[in-house]
Amino acid sequence: MLSVQNLHVSYGAIAALKGISFNVPAGTVVTLIGANGAGKTTTLRTISGLVKASSGNVMFQDTDITNRPSHEIVKRGLCQSPEGRMIFPGLTVRENLMMGAYLRNDRKGIEQDMEYGFSIFPRLKERMKQAGGTLSGGEQQMLAIARALMSKPKLLLLDEPSLGIAPLLVKLIFEKITEINRDLGMTILLVEQNAHMALNVASYAYVLETGEITLEGPAKDLASNEEVQKAYLGM
Amino acid sequence: MSEFLQQVINGLSLGAIYALIALGYTMIYGVLRFINFAHGDVFMVGAYIGFYAFPKLQPLLGDGYGTAVAVLLAAMIGCGLLGVTIERLAYRPLRSRPKLTVLITAIGISLFLEYTGQLPVVFGADYKTFPTLIPETTYTLFGGVSIGSTQILVFVVALALMAALRVVVLRTKIGTAMRAVSMNMNAASLMGININRVISFTFFLGSSLAGAGAVLYAISYPKINPLMGILPGLKAFVAAVLGGIGNIAGATLGGFLIGTAETMTAGYISPSYRDAIVFGILILILILKPSGLLGKGGAEKV
Ligand SMILES: Nc1ncnc2c1ncn2[C@@H]1O[C@H](COP(=O)(O)OP(=O)(O)OP(=O)(O)O)[C@@H](O)[C@H]1O
Ligand SMILES: [Mg+2]
Repeated sequence: MLSVQNLHVSYGAIAALKGISFNVPAGTVVTLIGANGAGKTTTLRTISGLVKASSGNVMFQDTDITNRPSHEIVKRGLCQSPEGRMIFPGLTVRENLMMGAYLRNDRKGIEQDMEYGFSIFPRLKERMKQAGGTLSGGEQQMLAIARALMSKPKLLLLDEPSLGIAPLLVKLIFEKITEINRDLGMTILLVEQNAHMALNVASYAYVLETGEITLEGPAKDLASNEEVQKAYLGM
Repeated sequence: MSEFLQQVINGLSLGAIYALIALGYTMIYGVLRFINFAHGDVFMVGAYIGFYAFPKLQPLLGDGYGTAVAVLLAAMIGCGLLGVTIERLAYRPLRSRPKLTVLITAIGISLFLEYTGQLPVVFGADYKTFPTLIPETTYTLFGGVSIGSTQILVFVVALALMAALRVVVLRTKIGTAMRAVSMNMNAASLMGININRVISFTFFLGSSLAGAGAVLYAISYPKINPLMGILPGLKAFVAAVLGGIGNIAGATLGGFLIGTAETMTAGYISPSYRDAIVFGILILILILKPSGLLGKGGAEKV
């Protein structure tokens, strides 16, 4: 579904991505793990069109979407829950979700998808009229994921959903990621520093180190790989 | 007492106009985080659009309110389109540049409008007399307090536009998108919102309110010239800062406060201090509460 080919991105003189390639097949959960500053967020921002690639391609469903405007990429069915959640603080939970559905006009479908969001994260329903900025970190993360789902994407990009939230909620959120993949057949590209959790829910994984992919394989294999265990699983 | 009430009425009617202009400053600041210093001159162009539209519309629509409304709409649409054009040609190419660059460009646009406006082939540098849109009748309320039909029109139009704006911003999809863009532009892009379209829409709304304000100003003070936008523009800017720049309710409040303060000063102290008081307020607010009366958080540099 998504194929990234030899992608190079730099911020001024700093090369953040030095020619990375990877694939996300339809219906799967693929994870990209790596330490601080490896270039994970840069990868997702480039796919979503927020950062321009200097060379290489992003192919989505056999269409070249490299450096297309963000809103056009969303229209094609690729939506992101960004790092740091980026909830609209002054909009209510409901308005945040409606912004996720910005490109849609099928009122009934929108309501249905909102109900689905509430069914996986009931907390959001209770907070529907509350301003996004007043939610806790974990609740904001739920909202960010539910909001991204509101666009009815074919591919969901998740940037560090575990960042800065309580361990118990991390566990819940990863369960929900599996659930979304299973219930909706949603293809998911998950970016994580929390390799342990990510390798648990993904079927295939890539390891990103300072802008280069150094290792890849089925998630189970990587979880038992000695190097990965030492560097990312704290064993 | 009645003199005081009279000053309040006069102040609020002037303030309503400042509020309309201030709304444009604050909305544009909300999405782009910069002060559109050409806004006062867009206001000036609005007065000329009204001036030139009147003789075309009056034969068609007669002497009544129909013509007044049509003149108002012409100025609103004309200014809206002018605002959109300015953003498209001058500000958009500089979107990723430092704010100072955009600010200086805005000052450039402002001077451009003021000085090309003075060319004889454009508006000319002389004062022109704005046509009388509605017959002036004065109504005596109580205890000698009176209100003119022009003032009534100012209140009715300004309040109706403020209410309409509120509905657009709070209840419609594009209005919610505007608020989303002002809170987090990148996140808004990631939702599929076309940022450029929302920014154009914001410029249209803000500039059209300035156009409406211009017609209301011109029927209240019928001498118009190409530099007429400078002072009301600056005062409305102060109003927006007083209310809390970026805050829509704040701009409205600020407009009414500045208008009242100005009229009171002119009435009770001396007319020659009417401008000074406004800038005095600006200095005070910048010292005491830079985020404005309704603004939140720390000060942000423009
Ligand atoms: N806007 C920017 N300007 C300049 N350099 C940047 C910018 N954003 C990121 N970088 C640099 O690019 C590299 C990759 O950053 P990126 O945010 O993609 O890493 P990451 O893997 O997401 O890290 P983290 O796990 O901390 O989120 C880092 O060296 C970072 O300092
Ligand atoms: Mg990151």
